[in-house]
Amino acid sequence: MSEVITESTQEVTVRSRPRWGRILAWGGLAILLALLFFGLLRTQSGGKRIGAPAPEFTLTTFDGQTYRLKELRGKVVVVNFWASWCKPCEQEADELETAWRYYQPRGDVLFLGVAWTDTDKKSLEYLQKFGITYPNGPDLGTRMAQAYRITGVPETYIIDRDGKLAYFKLSPFLSVEEIKSAIDPLLED
Amino acid sequence: MYDNQSHPYPFRMRRVITASFWVVGLLSLASMILIFVPQASAQNPTPTPAISDDQVNAIAKEMYCPVCENTPLDVCPTQACAEWRELIREKLAEGWSEAQIKQYFVDRFGDRVLATPPARGLNWLVYVFPPIAILLGVFLLYSAFRAWRRSAPPPAQASPPAVGSTLNGDEYVRRLEEELRKR
Repeated sequence: MSEVITESTQEVTVRSRPRWGRILAWGGLAILLALLFFGLLRTQSGGKRIGAPAPEFTLTTFDGQTYRLKELRGKVVVVNFWASWCKPCEQEADELETAWRYYQPRGDVLFLGVAWTDTDKKSLEYLQKFGITYPNGPDLGTRMAQAYRITGVPETYIIDRDGKLAYFKLSPFLSVEEIKSAIDPLLED
Repeated sequence: MYDNQSHPYPFRMRRVITASFWVVGLLSLASMILIFVPQASAQNPTPTPAISDDQVNAIAKEMYCPVCENTPLDVCPTQACAEWRELIREKLAEGWSEAQIKQYFVDRFGDRVLATPPARGLNWLVYVFPPIAILLGVFLLYSAFRAWRRSAPPPAQASPPAVGSTLNGDEYVRRLEEELRKR
């Protein structure tokens, strides 16, 4: 008897709501959840997987030269994100410049500095202050930062000769030896 | 010879006095040039109008720095934001409009600097989804109210008050207890 009562109650509920309305409601909810899911998936996934192809980028330096990652195959590329207002960046500025001068004569290692959310004036002052000679440019539209999912500065990504991410560090380098120990293994093969 | 009657000083003395006047005159002219010309040359090329903090903040309050998320640029205390505000001040001094300044920041740092994202790409969802959600909610409420009204007992049945309903209730309780006993 209770089954009869339950069934009749359900029947009333089902009849009372138009079917297309329910489809619309559930469909909207499904779309919302899907968007949330893919949004979270996109946030979680990033360019920080060692061995994965490094995100492509185009960097135009302060003096107008353009570097495209896909055109740099065969070279080890060191991408350093920094900002003039970032104190930890100053800690590693000398080390990076020293390392660059060490590798520069080889020709198969390229250092690229990327000024993140910085004004040109301050960036250039910073480069002059620390005597940085390797190519540096602004991250226009913060596209590189988004591609590499950076969480702050300084962050350094080292890309091997095949364009794959070989190493990353989310804090300043403490010594030139530390930088060398990250680059040298990539030059052995 | 010298005509000492018409001139109070001898000729050599007059030359000395004339030369002294020239020297003093030239020195005075040089001093005036030194005093006034540098100021004029510093002022003339680009007279920069004074831009107030209010003018800067009127634009900055509609922008966000990616470094400090959820903090409007006009009140953000970090050095990065201070530099951005200074950049706004410089652009205003150069005669840029608010729209030009915002576009400059968008080009340099991306859409995320704007408090209200431009309606393009996936940003459309921000503008389209809320009205759709509200309309959907209104529709669902309307449907629910209609359903409740339909499922309510007709007034004729509802009018014989407590007796019927109590009996129905008792009957229901009795059946429920019976079912429970069976289990």
